[in-house]
Amino acid sequence: MKTVIVVGNGMVGYKFCEKFVSKVDQASFKLIVFGEEPRVAYDRVHLSEYFENGDAERLSMAPREWYQENNIELYINERVTDIHRNSKTITTLSEKTFNYDYLVLATGSSPFVPQINGVDKEGVFVYRTIEDLEDTLAYADKIKKTVEKPKAAILGGGLLGLEAAKAVMDMGMEPHVVEFAPKLMPRQLDTRSSKVLQVKLESMGINIHLSKATNQILGNGHVIGMEFGEDDVLNVDMLVISAGIRPRDELGKSCGLKMGTRGGIVVDNKMRTSDPNIFAIGEIALYNQMIYGLVAPGYEMAGVAVDQILGMEETVMAAEIDMSTKLKLIGVDVASFGIPFMPAEKGHSIIFENKTESLYKRINVSHDGKRLLGGILVGDAQDYNMLLQMYLNEMPLPKNPENLILGSRGGQDMSFGSAMDLPDTAVICSCEAVTKGQICCSVKDDGNESVKAISKATKATTGCGGCKPMVDDLVKETLKSLGKVIKESICEHFEYSRQELYDIVKLRKIEDYNSLLDEVGKGHGCEVCKPAVASIFASIYNETANRQATIQDTNDRYLANIQRNGTYSVVPRVAAGEITPKQLLAIGKIAQKYDLYTKITGGQRIDMFGAQLHELPLIWEELIAEGFETGQAYGKSLRTVKSCVGSTWCRYGMDESVTFAIDIENRYKGIRSPHKIKGGVSGCIRECAEARNKDFGFIAVEGGWNVYICGNGGANPQHAQLLAEKVDKITATKYVDRFLMYYIQTAPPLTRTAAWLDKLDGGIDYVKDVVINDCLGIADQLDSEMQYLVDTYKCEWKEAVENPEIRARYTHFVNAEDTDDTIEFVSLREQKMPKAWV
Amino acid sequence: MISILNTYEAVETEKVSLWFKAAPVQKFPENGGACVKYKGMQIAVFNFTREGTWYACQNLCPHKMEMVLSRGMIGEDQGEPKVACPLHKNSFSLKTGMHLNGDLNSIATYPVKIENDFVYIGFSE
Ligand SMILES: Cc1cc2nc3c(=O)[nH]c(=O)nc-3n(C[C@H](O)[C@H](O)[C@H](O)COP(=O)(O)OP(=O)(O)OC[C@H]3O[C@@H](n4cnc5c(N)ncnc54)[C@H](O)[C@@H]3O)c2cc1C
Ligand code: SF4
Ligand code: SF4
Ligand code: FES
Repeated sequence: MKTVIVVGNGMVGYKFCEKFVSKVDQASFKLIVFGEEPRVAYDRVHLSEYFENGDAERLSMAPREWYQENNIELYINERVTDIHRNSKTITTLSEKTFNYDYLVLATGSSPFVPQINGVDKEGVFVYRTIEDLEDTLAYADKIKKTVEKPKAAILGGGLLGLEAAKAVMDMGMEPHVVEFAPKLMPRQLDTRSSKVLQVKLESMGINIHLSKATNQILGNGHVIGMEFGEDDVLNVDMLVISAGIRPRDELGKSCGLKMGTRGGIVVDNKMRTSDPNIFAIGEIALYNQMIYGLVAPGYEMAGVAVDQILGMEETVMAAEIDMSTKLKLIGVDVASFGIPFMPAEKGHSIIFENKTESLYKRINVSHDGKRLLGGILVGDAQDYNMLLQMYLNEMPLPKNPENLILGSRGGQDMSFGSAMDLPDTAVICSCEAVTKGQICCSVKDDGNESVKAISKATKATTGCGGCKPMVDDLVKETLKSLGKVIKESICEHFEYSRQELYDIVKLRKIEDYNSLLDEVGKGHGCEVCKPAVASIFASIYNETANRQATIQDTNDRYLANIQRNGTYSVVPRVAAGEITPKQLLAIGKIAQKYDLYTKITGGQRIDMFGAQLHELPLIWEELIAEGFETGQAYGKSLRTVKSCVGSTWCRYGMDESVTFAIDIENRYKGIRSPHKIKGGVSGCIRECAEARNKDFGFIAVEGGWNVYICGNGGANPQHAQLLAEKVDKITATKYVDRFLMYYIQTAPPLTRTAAWLDKLDGGIDYVKDVVINDCLGIADQLDSEMQYLVDTYKCEWKEAVENPEIRARYTHFVNAEDTDDTIEFVSLREQKMPKAWV
Repeated sequence: MISILNTYEAVETEKVSLWFKAAPVQKFPENGGACVKYKGMQIAVFNFTREGTWYACQNLCPHKMEMVLSRGMIGEDQGEPKVACPLHKNSFSLKTGMHLNGDLNSIATYPVKIENDFVYIGFSE
């Protein structure tokens, strides 16, 4: 039996163990591992996540038991101090001695701390281990108690420095990045992209100081500032140094292994050091005269060392190592691959820059225009994976390579093919070296049909996670090529899409959630399927949210929008925003009586905030007495139809937009849909009502109304598209009736009209075909279904206040009359607001 | 606020020293929840009518410290009964109190029993 000793239980040392035990017969080898840190190997790459959850366990590469299960003798908190090559033994700090047949050095590196006067002051930290982070956090907490707006500097504007800057910002300190070079991420970015990134980071509150050489660190005992030149001082309360790494090669040096001139243990392509029984892998290994500070090459080295020890001599390290990187976490996309910048004689560059949107894209193309040599992406790195693959696999470039960064502008010449066009050998997950071929086979042959299953079977996506989108594409595309449809079931309780469920409910005339679950579902339901089914019932039977209250989303259940402190807001309908002075007075009086915060909404009505649960029926009773109805601001339903004053008052108006808007709002009020719907009506093309960012909009033009559909504001704004031109009001209404009904019946849950249209095969032309040309022959049916909804409208708040049983739901406690005494308000500009979260 | 959190501690059935008679069964909506007041505490009680089971937990959502969980939607995740907070849809197991879609602190859960159409919540003090 041979003994292999691994020094260092970091990411690469762990990977060595994992690969080793998976290949070796346990009787022939003994594996002993030493780690200096107080815990088992963890995922350093995701170190910053430790802040968000403070849970060190989650970062572990494998739990302690894993080592036991695999017969690995693990000594943590134990530093190896000497190697005796003659006797093939090592000794540890606690003076234990062990024999080895093979020794694997995986001691990684430590942060480089430049010799600046004062670096030893209190408040100066590095960023590499969990303990570093804990110390930094503790100090930041202490500082925050004494200093009002504490500042922290990060020395070094590289990849890690920027990550650290985000981290100190999240700790509640004002971050200042200090970089010696005249640009950020000097190894990955050119000057222009650095500039774009700088502007973007500054807008996020990260201050950048370039071309700064730090002379000394100021402070008496603890850091209070940094001095660059005579009068150039930056006051800071804490300093994190992130100025590069130095290999932890002290063991190699003391036992006389061949070293690089600037450190690192020299290895050949078999990961062997100058002593054939000693290997070095990870950030300590100097391969091709380089230290590779990334996990992917480290993992590859681990694999090579395992195979070499097991006698598979043909496994060697690739001659060229890819150093492409993508910045994670910081909230702005930054990536660079291949040769990011280069002199003009090597090739030419295509550069796109949009300063106002903080976008910069650069690709470097060979002179013959056939190969991609590298590039930089700032602001939008969506295409990083695809570009990287084109570069790595030397794939032929499209005729107009600029399309790769600009997108194809018109025409059919798609810039990117799909991930399926990659060669089978393309490495998709570089951390775990998983190829496209392996992923597709795993889908086809082993039935791993989800990213989750693939990641379990092949380990792809388990490293940095950057390849996830591409793995997802590959899984979907492979399934498609097998003729499998990807089932869009709404959740684990119903194996149907919303559209299928809609048809089932309608055909079988099912009226209760429980019966639907019994007939076609399984289990007992959840917060995803309940409101989805509730919405289907509402769309088919026009049932209000009161009958099956507990399957409604919380807002619908209490017919009000829950707000920050668990109180609710109240919004009566003000169709098209037209309101009489008398109604205004009534709202004012009621809001005053119940001490509600009032604000005009974006949908031209009045929102009253801060009502407690038990007050809701009281407030609504008064509103209803004044002639108001529910505004359904809480529902996935018609919200408002916004209008401009149109020809009634406006000198440009072509038609009466207010009248039309009122009619339309009253027509569709109360209709529930997969997501909220909003409308708009403008009196002329000046478009003051912003009808073109609504789900449906009408604009008066010479000769009639233009009808637009599927515009959305919100998180992903999209302009509405033209459905019909110059039609009269009746026709315009009919088209929108049909469109809405068709959308209601076919959209997935919680999908707004713009997203629905994006996914619809045939797009707007298809909608026109259905709605105007009746290509499906369902127009009459859509008409009558819509008419049914219009005819059966009732105000659900009126129903609620008049029915004692429903009214009884509005109490905070079931066993006491008391109200919730934890609700606290503070005053704000003569009104009130919830007390801030702690 | 943190001190509020600390007032809620999970109680196991074996450790119950007091069964608090909360309210008649009819007061609790079917397949939904309601809030019970007990000595300055707010306890969310859930009536899983379909399954014929009951659960109780603190009403306080550990995400933003709001007294809202009783108004959340209930359901089941691979057989695990859960409640989804109405504010940001964080969901918690009603068996173990564990946060199911993230890593917030667990919530305290309490035993429930039904006797003569009355709901009782178990406390240990
Ligand atoms: C904040 C941060 C973010 C990062 N982000 C990325 C990223 O996005 N992508 C990427 O590819 N890389 C990233 N890296 C780099 C990546 O973490 C390293 O490349 C990787 O950890 C190197 O693994 P290693 O095993 O060689 O070294 P390490 O993980 O440092 O492990 C070496 C271990 O050996 C121990 N050791 C040293 N000497 C001895 C001794 N004499 N006896 C016993 N034990 C000893 C050390 O204590 C340490 O635990 C990041 C690093 C940090 C700090
Ligand atoms: S859209 Fe036209 S009609 Fe309406 S307010 Fe503006 S200018 Fe006047
Ligand atoms: S934009 Fe965001 S913060 Fe403002 S109301 Fe909408 S959800 Fe709330
Ligand atoms: S307050 Fe409960 S999820 Fe945010």
